[in-house]
This record gives sequence, structure tokens and C-alpha cells, in this order.
Amino acid sequence: MTTEMICAGFGGQGVLTIGKFIAQAAMQEGKNVSWLPSYGPEMRGGTANVSTVVSTEPIASPIVSFPDVLVALNQPSIDKFAPSIRPGGLLIYNTNMCPRGCKREDITKIAVPMNDIASEIGSMIVLNMVATGVVIGKTDIIKYETLEGNLTSFMQEKNPDLLTKNLAAIKRGIEIAKQYT
Amino acid sequence: MEIIAKRPEALTKEPFHYCPGCMHGVAHRLIAEAIDENGLINQIAGVAPVGCAVFAYKYFNCDMAEAAHGRAPAVATGIKRARPDMHIFTYQGDGDLAAIGTAEIVHSANRGEKISVFFVNNAIYGMTGGQMAPTTLPNMKTTTSPYGRNVDDIGYPIRMCELLATLVAPYYIERVSLLSPADIIRAKKAVNKAIRYNKENRGFTFIEFISTCPTNWGYEPEQARQWAKENMLPFFKLGVYRDKGEGVE
Amino acid sequence: MSKILMKGNEAIAEAAIRSGCRLYFAYPITPQSELIEYMAKMMPKVKGTFIQAESEVAAINMVYGAAGSGKRVMTSSSSPGISLKMEGLSYIAGAELPCVVVNVQRGGPGLGDIQPAQGDYFQATKGGGHGDYRLIVLAPSSVQEFADMASEAFDLADKYRNPVMILADGMLGQMMEPVEFKPAKTDAELQELANQHLSWCICPNEDGAKKHHHEINSLELDPQVLEQHVLGLLKKYAEIQKNEIRYETYNISDENEVLCVAWGTASRVVKSAINEVQKQGKSVGLIRPIRVWPYPYEAIKQVIGKNVKKVYVFELNSGQMVEDVKIAVEGKVPVDFWGKVGGVVFTPAEIKEKLEECF
Repeated sequence: MTTEMICAGFGGQGVLTIGKFIAQAAMQEGKNVSWLPSYGPEMRGGTANVSTVVSTEPIASPIVSFPDVLVALNQPSIDKFAPSIRPGGLLIYNTNMCPRGCKREDITKIAVPMNDIASEIGSMIVLNMVATGVVIGKTDIIKYETLEGNLTSFMQEKNPDLLTKNLAAIKRGIEIAKQYT
Repeated sequence: MEIIAKRPEALTKEPFHYCPGCMHGVAHRLIAEAIDENGLINQIAGVAPVGCAVFAYKYFNCDMAEAAHGRAPAVATGIKRARPDMHIFTYQGDGDLAAIGTAEIVHSANRGEKISVFFVNNAIYGMTGGQMAPTTLPNMKTTTSPYGRNVDDIGYPIRMCELLATLVAPYYIERVSLLSPADIIRAKKAVNKAIRYNKENRGFTFIEFISTCPTNWGYEPEQARQWAKENMLPFFKLGVYRDKGEGVE
Repeated sequence: MSKILMKGNEAIAEAAIRSGCRLYFAYPITPQSELIEYMAKMMPKVKGTFIQAESEVAAINMVYGAAGSGKRVMTSSSSPGISLKMEGLSYIAGAELPCVVVNVQRGGPGLGDIQPAQGDYFQATKGGGHGDYRLIVLAPSSVQEFADMASEAFDLADKYRNPVMILADGMLGQMMEPVEFKPAKTDAELQELANQHLSWCICPNEDGAKKHHHEINSLELDPQVLEQHVLGLLKKYAEIQKNEIRYETYNISDENEVLCVAWGTASRVVKSAINEVQKQGKSVGLIRPIRVWPYPYEAIKQVIGKNVKKVYVFELNSGQMVEDVKIAVEGKVPVDFWGKVGGVVFTPAEIKEKLEECF
């Protein structure tokens, strides 16, 4: 069982972190993982993307040509990567920044106003955790508990308020995803 | 019979290959005597340059590394960092240090590497046969400045002591000459001080020797010394440019 | 020791420190900057030396000095910076000094770009610097292997008194994968390492009356003497070729109709494509040189099965290792090449298409 995922958005939206948290948790759950970011000048305020592969088998290529899951935080990411989503695959996108959305009908689409949700929770920087929650709620790529444990040990001492907001964002994402099953 | 002078322990028995009238032998001896007098023979290592002194690694009776052209201060940095209990010196000429190795000398000085650099300035490339050096004087003829160094075209000689003295880190910088017995005695004191500071791990020490190249200048040794006194010393002023040990900043 | 998710650039740095490397000199360049940054952070914690040198030229000459002092020392860079180190590497090879150099390759020539490429194969395996010398060249294809190669590289360098290059690329440097580190060298092991080269390296004289005079040097003006020195090097290289060839085979069988040869990052993409075409009942094998010098010529010749119609070489360059493959194959079957240049990495789908065309 292999899940190939691309997360894409503007630099600063935290797309690399989505991939990293999922890869980290999947590794702890005994899976093989790879995390391959775009890098270079495009990271400075331009678009960023990361390919994450989670598999029960050894991972040959970490390069994802046809993702099972695309997380798109802005419209350019849909334009660039949505055409190559595998038929039957999953697109999770941020409606606040994807005005045109995606026209494909052969995939599952979960449209989430991530900016709105993040600002309701009280911090724009948890936008990416809303997306992460949707991924967890819709796929079985990782368990929520693994991620919660990681975030807790990482943030509880340094920034307990941010931890609370992050977990709230993930849970909101999971709830939204459940509506699509 | 009383022995009043002998070969320093810090020189091997290998005979020098230098030309008649060349002063590398004098500079070598001063450094070797300073090593002996500071009791450093078992803890010191040197780095030889590319240039006339390329075989210096055969002459100093301690562990020696032969560096690529200009890289001696970087090599010395590597040795000193790998063996902080040892004391390291480089021996370099003007092409090596002030042209191809400018970056290495400036930055090792700027880091305050705890090494000693001995810089022999005779205003010419000796080993390759008398080409222009970064320290060749204005209008001076060499095989690559056959009409004399044209400062409008190729710039002025570089004064390394003055240049390095703009940096904060160097501990001791002095320019001495090898042009007369009195000068050599003064040079010996400077070399001794540099090696003593090195022994005490005080910081970066730099001695420039004003020297001659009778062969490539085309003079008899005595004429060469006279020419250097008249032409080099006015441009390359002798003196202490930095001595933190004596309050000269 | 549990697995850690880590970038290749950081994993190789951590593994080098665990292998006893306490001296590191380098200059920043993308896409290897995480390596130098990791060293800047960690070396002080193990009382090691980190210097951000004024240039790659200075850095490799600091390596020359430290290696000449018999200590484990490393530098790293990416393609343009590695070109600058070539002068120093020639001297280090000539003076027979042990050291490790990491090249996180990017697209070239010239400044090129900063994306993954394999365009430095010729430079690494055929020379790059001047004169008759060889580097031992290790070519990782995963973050774990990248990390494992640190101790391997230092051991080889010490064993043969020869510079060893780890030839990675931007993808291996930037990618995160789980990595499990070997235990760090103990103090006793570090002490042993510190003393292994005392018979020739720059070190304090503790020999009393038998005072040593060690020369770290690549100069010898007498051609007869230099000839003997180089012949000695060649003998050493022959020994390395005899003992140190490493390669991996993947899906090799008598059914193979195509045999692929690929190294490093490219080999992973090829493996994915092989998995895909295998599902269609098309049999394709892969041989991956794990070390690209010494090169597994004989092994490649041996794995060409009786049904193999073509040997197919895939590289992220315009065709460099393919020349070694042709030497290995000796014209027995056609050798074809396909690659991508300029820092563009081919996809499994593209390789799959190329393989399908063979049937």
C-alpha cells in the first residue's frame, strides 16, 4: 500500500510542514517514507511544494508524478498539479485562495475555506494544520494520535497556546473530511 | 677549540640550493635559530611555498608540508586546528603570498590564526625566471614588464604589512630587511619575537623581509643590496606595524 | 537507536561526526548549505573544528593541512565549488592524504542551476584535477545510504591514504527519509584513530634522538623518482579496484530482456519504472554501481542475461557513465542511453515509457 502526496502553496503557507508532519508520523507508525521539497529561490515568497510518499513497501522513487492526494493551498497549485492526480484520487483545496477551483470530475474534491477557519481559531499560521486534518480524516495515511503526540512533545513547553490552536485546526479538518465519506 | 657558531638544530643537513647572493639562506637561518632558542624543535611544523623556497620542506628539521601556490596559510590553518598543541609557521615569497595567495593570507590574518608567517619580498618572481611580482616597483623591468612596471596599466606594488595592519585580529606585524648585517640583527630580534609569540599562542604574527634577487635583477649581490636600499626601502618602510604584546596597535 | 526523519545534508554531517570527523572546512553553496550549517552547530558540541573558509580553494587546502596531520577531516560543496577544490584534491591525492569530500551535485555547466544533476561523474571518476590520480567515489541513492557512506568513506580514506568523494546530488541532500545512525565512535576508538597515522603525518616529535622529519608533499622534480611515486599510486589503485568494487542488483534474472544501469538518484527512478513494467510481464533488471570508482565492469558483463536484447543507461546528465558501461559490455549487446540535463529529474513515468519502447 503506497500513498503519494503533493502539498503545494505559496511560500510561508506551511506546505512543507504538512508533508513533514505526515512523513514523521507515518515513519513512527512503521511505514517507509520520503519527503522531497522543491527548493531554491522559489521558497522565498514564491510557490513551494513537497512530494511525500508513505508506503508499506520500500520506496523506489521519491518523485511523485501522479499523486494520490493533492493538497493545494492556492490556485496556481491546482493549475499545476491537479491535472496529474490519479483518477479516483483526492484533491483538498483552500477555497479562500482557489477562486477557480478544479473542473475534474473523476476525483474526490474537498473544498475547505482554510483561511476563514484559521482566523476563527485565532491564528493564520494553523492554516496548514486544517489541511493536515482533512488529509487524516479522509485517508488512513497516519493516525491523529501519533501527530498529536508529536506536536505535544514539540510545542507544549515552548508555546502551549499555539499547540491548542494547532490541535483545534487539525480536529476541524478531520470533522470536515468526515462529511465526505 | 671553542665553538662560537654552528648549524642550528632546526636545519637539516641538506645543502641549500639557492643562488649566490640570495638571502633565503639568511632568512632560513634566522627562523631556525629562533626555533632553537625558543626550544620549539619538537613542537613546530612549517609550510613551504611555491617559488624559490619550494624546497624549504627539505631544509627545516621539523615536520613540513609543501603547499600549493599561495595556499600555505590555509594549509597552516588546517595543521594548527588539527594539532593545536603544535606551533606552525609558513614561509612564502611575494608572488605566492601577495598575488595568488592574497585571499588565504588576508583571511588567515583576519581569523587571527595562531601561526607565524615569514614573507620574503624581493620584488620579483625568482623561480620561474624573473617575472613581475605584485611587489615589483614602479618602472622596474622584469620579463613580464619589459618596458618597466606601468602603474597606470597594472597598478602599484602591494604593501602587505600596511594592508594586514588594517585588520583587527593580527597580533604582531613587522617589516625588516636583510640588506646589511645591522638589519639582519634587527631582523633576528623580530623573528625571535614572532616565534616566541607563536610559542605562547598569542595570535597571528607576520614578518616581512625586504630581500634581493641578484640573479633576476641582473646585479652583483652587493649592487643588489644597494639597489634595494635605494629603491625598495623608500616604498616599503621598515618598522613595527602592530605589536599587541608591546602596546603597538 | 530509533529512526530519525532527516535531510540527507544533515544526515551525512551527523554520520561524519559519529565516524570521528572533528575537523570540517567549507564554504556555503546551494544545495548543500544544510550540511555546513549542521557542522557549524554541532562541531563546537563535540569540541571539533568548524571553519567557514574564505573560499572552496582555502577550504580544501585546510583539509590538506589537517589530513597531513593525520586527523579525520571533511569538506563539502556542490558542483561549482567542487571544481574549485580540484587543485587541492590533486595535491591531496599526490601526497596520499586521507580525507572525505562530499559533492551535492547541481545542474551545470558554469553556475548552472541548483537542481539535482549527475553531471560531475567524469570530474569525479576520471580526474578533474591535473595528473594521474584517482578518487574513490561512493554514490549513494538514499538518505540512509548517504549517512552510512560517511564511516565507509573515512575507513577507505584511512586504509588507502586516498581522498574519497561521496557523489550525491541536490535531491539526496534536500530530501528527508528515515535514517538510523551507527553508534558514535567511543573515546577509545577516537584515540586509536588519532594515532593511526603517526608514522608519516605532521605530529610532535616524541621520538627523542630518532627525531622524525615527515614531509607532506606532492613535489618531486626528478622524473625517475616521480615515476616511481606514480607507479606506487597505480599499484594502490589496482589494489582498490581488486578489493573495493560495490554494486547492487535489482530484479536481475534470466528472463530479463532489458538490463538497466543507473546510479544514485537516477537509479531510484529507474527502480520505480521497473516495478511498473514488471506488472505488464516485461522483465527488466537493474545494476546499480554503489561505488562509481572503482567501477564494476566485470559485474555488469556478468549480469547480462541470455535474453537481454539491450543495455539501457539512464543518467541525469548527457551521457557520462554510459561510456564505462560500453567498456563493460564489450559490444556484446547494444547499449542505449537516455538522460535529462540541466537539473531536470526524469520521472518514473518517463523511464517506464522508454522501457516499454524496448518491447
